[in-house]
Amino acid sequence: MQRIGVFVCWCGSNIAATVDVVQVAQALAKEPGVVFATDYQYMCSQAGQDLIGAAIKEHGLTGVVICSCSPRMHETTFRKTCQKAGLNPYMVEIANIREHCSWIHKDKPTATEKAVILGRAAIAKVHLNAPLTAGTSPVTKRALVIGGGIAGIQTALDIADAGFPVDIVEKKPTIGGKMTQIDKTFPTLDCAACILTPKMVDVSQNEKIDIISYAQVEKVQGFVGNFSVTIRKKARYVDESKCTGCGLCTEKCPQKKVPNEFNLGLDTRRAIYIPFAQAVPKVATIDPDYCSMLKSGKCGVCAKVCAAGAIDYKQQDELITREYGAIVVATGFEPIGMDKFDEFAYAQSPDVVTSLELERLMNAAGPTGGTLLRPSDGTHPHTLVFVQCVGSRCDGGEKGKPYCSKICCMYTAKHAMLIRDKYPDTEVYVFYIDVRTPGKNFDEFYRRAVEEYGVHYIKGMVGKVTPQDGKLKVQASDLLGGRQLHIDADMVVLAAAIEPDKSARPLATMLTASMDTNDFFTEAHPKLRPVESPTAGIFLSGACQGPKDIPETVAQAGAAASKVIGLLSKDALTCNPCTAQPDELKCNGCSSCENVCPYGAISYIDKPFRGPNRTTLIRRVAQVNPAVCQGCGACTVACPSGAMDLQGFSNKQIMAEVDAICR
Amino acid sequence: MQERVIEKAAQLLESGACARVLGWKTGEFFYDVTPAVFTSAQQVRQEMVFSPFCGANLSKYLIAESRKEGKVGVFLKPCDSFSFVQLQKEHRILRENVYAVGVQCQGMSDIEALKALGLRGITAVQAEEDRLTVSTLYGEKTVALEEALSLRCRSCKSRALHDCDELIGDQGRDLDTDRFGEVARLEAMSPEERFAFWRSQLSKCIRCNACRNVCPACSCEKCVFDDPNSGVQNKAAADPFEEDLFHIIRAFHVAGRCTDCGECTRVCPQHIPLHLLNRKLIKDMNALYGPYQAGSDFDSKPPMLTFTQEDPEASIITEGRGIQ
Repeated sequence: MQRIGVFVCWCGSNIAATVDVVQVAQALAKEPGVVFATDYQYMCSQAGQDLIGAAIKEHGLTGVVICSCSPRMHETTFRKTCQKAGLNPYMVEIANIREHCSWIHKDKPTATEKAVILGRAAIAKVHLNAPLTAGTSPVTKRALVIGGGIAGIQTALDIADAGFPVDIVEKKPTIGGKMTQIDKTFPTLDCAACILTPKMVDVSQNEKIDIISYAQVEKVQGFVGNFSVTIRKKARYVDESKCTGCGLCTEKCPQKKVPNEFNLGLDTRRAIYIPFAQAVPKVATIDPDYCSMLKSGKCGVCAKVCAAGAIDYKQQDELITREYGAIVVATGFEPIGMDKFDEFAYAQSPDVVTSLELERLMNAAGPTGGTLLRPSDGTHPHTLVFVQCVGSRCDGGEKGKPYCSKICCMYTAKHAMLIRDKYPDTEVYVFYIDVRTPGKNFDEFYRRAVEEYGVHYIKGMVGKVTPQDGKLKVQASDLLGGRQLHIDADMVVLAAAIEPDKSARPLATMLTASMDTNDFFTEAHPKLRPVESPTAGIFLSGACQGPKDIPETVAQAGAAASKVIGLLSKDALTCNPCTAQPDELKCNGCSSCENVCPYGAISYIDKPFRGPNRTTLIRRVAQVNPAVCQGCGACTVACPSGAMDLQGFSNKQIMAEVDAICR
Repeated sequence: MQERVIEKAAQLLESGACARVLGWKTGEFFYDVTPAVFTSAQQVRQEMVFSPFCGANLSKYLIAESRKEGKVGVFLKPCDSFSFVQLQKEHRILRENVYAVGVQCQGMSDIEALKALGLRGITAVQAEEDRLTVSTLYGEKTVALEEALSLRCRSCKSRALHDCDELIGDQGRDLDTDRFGEVARLEAMSPEERFAFWRSQLSKCIRCNACRNVCPACSCEKCVFDDPNSGVQNKAAADPFEEDLFHIIRAFHVAGRCTDCGECTRVCPQHIPLHLLNRKLIKDMNALYGPYQAGSDFDSKPPMLTFTQEDPEASIITEGRGIQ
């Protein structure tokens, strides 16, 4: 019989306000095997932990039940406490009476009763707990960064700076991401390229960093410290090691009518292309959808003009498999499509553009060479209307997104200010729901747009944009003035909401990293562990975790890097001893467990067994490699005969918990 | 067909190609045919039968027989070959110790089906092509085999042998028979009606374990119902809960591995349509993960043991009554 101690935490008023903690301790004291039960204001504090340690020694406890917050929060804390007092750390069970009880109930008697039941279940489990000893597993000292935007670049640079090798996987032909398309950056108005391209060069010149561009992650296996990742490097039909980036091929290619995605389709490029002059790696890529040589075998101009002989029409996708200790997700964002917002006439008129398109129209390397011209007729626009929150803060979220995209207020203020500065003859209107400018020097920046540059900020939404006689008839409401406005605009700019990149969802599945309903990656703890995914060894950098501007992204990228460095600087990690164990006498050798094991931890051996009448039977039985097993439990439910069981979470323990709850 | 099967069995033993042959012999009554192991040609010629009552699927016996000394010969009908393949996929049958003879089949009959045609006092049945000549105390009658088919053969899924070393008769094809009509009828019921239906059926259960013991998918070294540590050991049909749970647990344990051979229903002395539980799960899996037939090939992975990004995340909460 175990000697169990029960410790009920108040969590200040978090638990105690809704659960009668004294009554819970008294009720649980009567459970079989419980020799000590008490309550305390903050069990996780030094005084609380001392109380547990003293009770273990005084009462000779063999098992401990802590009724407190989620085990995600403090299981490790309490395991350490008990270990210090001489108890095996796996003799501790947490009954979550905060998230599972006090926070979701209002009625005190009901919550108290439930807390007692949850405590009872934990006691029933502790009765069947056995001491477990954790082993260790080695750490592969190499990191993978998925996504080569500013987030991925900063993370990779910081990790490499600490001396660890890093690979960046980028799906586009060049790293740089969205920031390469941006003209100026708020609130200082320095040019994006001037601050980004040196970093891109740093990445390419850093011996510790390997850029795998035009590539995507195909398969992820393993676990923290020991990931094995397969990367598909798409055929670019150009030998990267030979191409000098001279760009001759991109001038001679006869296929001129390819929409240029770097300029968001505002102009065209050739079928063989280098996205922009500062691309890293500066290597040409053939677009197989447009190249006539690849499509019909006729042409071959690029191969003829290439002095380096880098063109290879027969190039195939390449699969690269590498081992990593940590993975950083930096997949970034995309502006949402405008097809659900017919009222703004985005599809009808080329003069209705998104803010990112406006960036290209104002950029010196853009399709207009930096002069703001109307896409429809190339004339200078005199009246511009900016519409904020297009698809952001949409109730219900059917048309757009329920969240605030966070960056639009600031970049719209930037656009308005820059246009007024460069073209003082323009009138600029900004329609907004709220102007949100928290951030260092952000509100000052917005006020300059209004006060110094005379941008017309109007609280209210644009109801309709109608293209008519070369103008855009804008119908809008001025909520503060209480009137309808009709503006004849030359251009309308839509601040499109941002959403996670489309590649994020399948990637999350491969990484078993959780996402929220908007497909942003979830952090392990929103306040205390903001750059870690709940999946060990997976870290988050940049807008894949939530909308962010550049300074925030860079800060988070650095934080993710420091977490990775902390992990990679360890030689070994403590394994989870809660691993699967097959009962060979029950094992059929049917391979069900092997099929479902995501870690490849299960193998089979032929083993002799004593049969009836002194015979020997050779049977195929499962074996679990405890260093690889992560204790997910998939095998235990797949096993038809119940031969597979999880240490620390055995079927018997779980059934005992269920029985205790149903009692 | 009867002669060719028996001659083949005798020949396998006489030539020494096989040490044993798995076949069928008559039990208490001529229609009560039971699996048997034959070790001599003489025994085969005396006892072995291949009649319209040889419904029993012999695949499961190979788990034990293929582990014994020498080769074992076995006769498999098309539907039995699914179980044969499935058990090989699960590493339960040592294929190199088996010589499998496929036997083409026009469908099996059973005594219930004959009685349902109004025949009484049946003393013998002779099969000729697609007709059965039935001798009764009241004279001889001829019935079409199609009318006298056993329940499961009426929705035969295949005439193709999915693995064998030689074949008696011609190779056939998989059939596109609708096996899920009865399941759809149950699905259309209200939950109360459906519960009442299953209570009325499962309350007949006497926990004889025949369904489990005959099931090729139920071949665990130690069944959970016999395991003192499982928490469900020796649960007799003491109350409605135990009656229901035994069959539901069994259906889940064989989900994705059940080839729909129908042996469970065939052997049930209480005539409980147990195959409907399995078919419901097969139907749901087909709907959720795409068509899958357990035991139809060696390479496919069972849907319950694979995870793909395309897997639907079906919710009993949002979809209420599950898959219809």
